[in-house]
Amino acid sequence: MKAAVVVFPGSNCDRDCKDAIERSTGAEVAMIWHAETLLPAGLDLIVLPGGFAHGDYLRCGAMAALSPVMTEVRAAAERGVAVMGICNGFQILCEARLLPGALLRNVGLKYVCKPVDLEVVNSQTRFTAALRGRRQIRLTVGNGEGNYYADQPTLDRLEGEGQVVFRYADNPNGSARDIAGIVSARGNVLGMMPHPDRAFEPELGSADGALLFQSVLASA
Amino acid sequence: MKATVHVFLKPGVLDVQGKAVESALHGLGWPGVSDVRVGRVIELELPGDAASAEAEAKAMCERLLANTVIESYRVEVA
Repeated sequence: MKAAVVVFPGSNCDRDCKDAIERSTGAEVAMIWHAETLLPAGLDLIVLPGGFAHGDYLRCGAMAALSPVMTEVRAAAERGVAVMGICNGFQILCEARLLPGALLRNVGLKYVCKPVDLEVVNSQTRFTAALRGRRQIRLTVGNGEGNYYADQPTLDRLEGEGQVVFRYADNPNGSARDIAGIVSARGNVLGMMPHPDRAFEPELGSADGALLFQSVLASA
Repeated sequence: MKATVHVFLKPGVLDVQGKAVESALHGLGWPGVSDVRVGRVIELELPGDAASAEAEAKAMCERLLANTVIESYRVEVA
């Protein structure tokens, strides 16, 4: 099992993601600088971590979506490699059009940082197989622009195709249809605002996040 | 040529900054103000004539300056 975490200037959850993956799966984790034009061979998972890549200049994720490494991330996603964008990583995946929709400023205009309960809507993805039988998990959110938006036909399609993976039990940011995480049509690209990398051991308040990393790397 | 790009959230996409500013203006004694929208203005200096500058600026909007999932843009060339 082999994973990579992309490090953008301004990423701040990159080492959390590395620790979370290593401790919950034992997989080898490579840290990849955003300016790289090659990814290590044989990756089973690529993580775009949380933070403020490129200072969130222009729009959150907009500059990062154009970082050199994203050409390779896109190619890997097209080959079917699992790609996981957490928080700022989700914003980057949307800006890169690897996932539909966009993340807007939170409805309350506040940065929301707290534990959240999530309904597991689809436990049959590569990222959630280990959650089978779990109706709810607990992770944490930390975002100012986590308000998921897509037009109505796109939302209908996401729901109809089982691409909505997680919903907030108590919507903290105004996200359309309480959406907290979605997968691509093919199912190998996941974007989510809550942080599994901040909830992978009981000492962190929840160990549920470990199950996501275990799901995706066990299926590799 | 100087191009000025105006980027706003599309109608129908909730502009929470606009709402907050509107509410603040109400509090400051302008109860009649409505439909406040907050956007972004980007100025660019471009080579070529007005037509090519406008075309270039629009291409830049599609590629980077605006996210057309949520935003619309307007280009002025002078």
